[in-house]
Amino acid sequence: MVGPKRTPLYEEHKVAKAKLIDFGGWEMPVQYAGVIEEHHAVRQKAGLFDTSHMGEIDVRGKEALAYVQRLITNDASILHDGKILYSPMCYPTGGIVDDLLVYRYDSEHFFIVVNASNTDKDYEWMLQQVNDFEVSVENVSEQYVQLALQGPLAETILQRISSIDLSKIIYYTFTHGDIDDVPCLISRTGYTGEDGFEVYCSAEFGPQLWRKILEVGAGDGVQPIGLGARDTLRFEARLPLYGNELGREITPLEAGIGFFVKLDKEDFVGKEALQAQKKQGVPRKLVGLEMVGRGIARSHYPLQKNGEDIGFVTSGSFSPTLNKNIALGMIRADLAVQGDVLDVMIRGKAVQAKIIPSLFYKRV
Amino acid sequence: MNPVELKYSKDHDYARVSGNIVTFGITEHAQESLGDVVFVELPDEGTTVSAGKSYGTVESVKAVSDIMASISGKVVEVNTEVFDSPDLLNSDPYGEGWLIKVEVDDLSLLETMMSVAEYEAFVAEEEH
Repeated sequence: MVGPKRTPLYEEHKVAKAKLIDFGGWEMPVQYAGVIEEHHAVRQKAGLFDTSHMGEIDVRGKEALAYVQRLITNDASILHDGKILYSPMCYPTGGIVDDLLVYRYDSEHFFIVVNASNTDKDYEWMLQQVNDFEVSVENVSEQYVQLALQGPLAETILQRISSIDLSKIIYYTFTHGDIDDVPCLISRTGYTGEDGFEVYCSAEFGPQLWRKILEVGAGDGVQPIGLGARDTLRFEARLPLYGNELGREITPLEAGIGFFVKLDKEDFVGKEALQAQKKQGVPRKLVGLEMVGRGIARSHYPLQKNGEDIGFVTSGSFSPTLNKNIALGMIRADLAVQGDVLDVMIRGKAVQAKIIPSLFYKRV
Repeated sequence: MNPVELKYSKDHDYARVSGNIVTFGITEHAQESLGDVVFVELPDEGTTVSAGKSYGTVESVKAVSDIMASISGKVVEVNTEVFDSPDLLNSDPYGEGWLIKVEVDDLSLLETMMSVAEYEAFVAEEEH
């Protein structure tokens, strides 16, 4: 019998008394000390995440750049060696296969990081798009442990156990260096809205790095962070989650990430559909919502105005940093008016919410 | 850990009896399983609660749970403190985190609830 997948850090999570849940077939920590405590720890100090369940796909070959350009909506030609790009990857319909990060090693080598829940699907899709491109595509996910250290103290903590100058790694770039004498890919990226690093190392070094980072950071309040807080952190920072803000039936233009769609780039999968949608006017828009009535809006709850369905909640929660109940909703574009009130259907009952700017939290 | 003077249900609620007024809340085990409570929905004073039916919800960051009534009666007091401070259910479930006070019609139904020893054995069994 095949059980749930576990990362190389599973035993560490048990030692830390994590509450484990199933996340897309992976047995992962949803919390350790508690979601709210962990959330504040990341915003105020630093927190350590096991993100090893995420997927990594290696793209190599003479036509690697041309192939990547065809796959994604953003423009990878602006990348230099050591730079990272965020992009949606679309179907011909303009709907989204996944959102991902493209790391450029050189013009013939790209390292693509994808969502844990989509790794197999993405890999299949990418293989299908190879066609005549002189490129090889390999799913290398199992080789890597990925840890994320996020928060204002992240650089200070990590610097204690690295001989390279971490202050030189600017946002959305990466380098190779040692952490606790372990060779790592270190990128200044993250999914929390805070400063921080994502660190990739060979799977066998995972437990050592995890323990060392917690050890050197213990005095400063660094703690392990679960998927529960990961979600509240990214949601406050308006970072999209595939399955909520992004999906097969949602285009990047509707999801508010049109900035990462370069329609003047050479042809890519979904370009025609997205051009058409832009020309006709994007029919739906992602808006921020603040609860006016008592209640918490959650994913997939219907949104109504005057008894009529106008959309749905993509993500919603109590926000620990803002200390109020907020949500993101996908609604008819013509009704996306700041300050307007609409109804969230919470288990059959209409509870009012107000449309507010969706960038709920921005770090100073 | 769990007060000996209370009665407990399989739904992880407790009952504190005082004459024919019973105070209900969720147990230590319930709050521990739920995680940080961020929202509580309770019935209004004067409404009736029915044994075996849900009378409100407790929401953690990630999940929504129904609160089940162990017995029937009329709600005579609601702990409105938990609306602004839902974390009281985590920090003090048996004290400041109480939920509703009910005027009970048939106190004999309380006999179907568990003693502290029976409840603790039940919890141990569930976790097995």
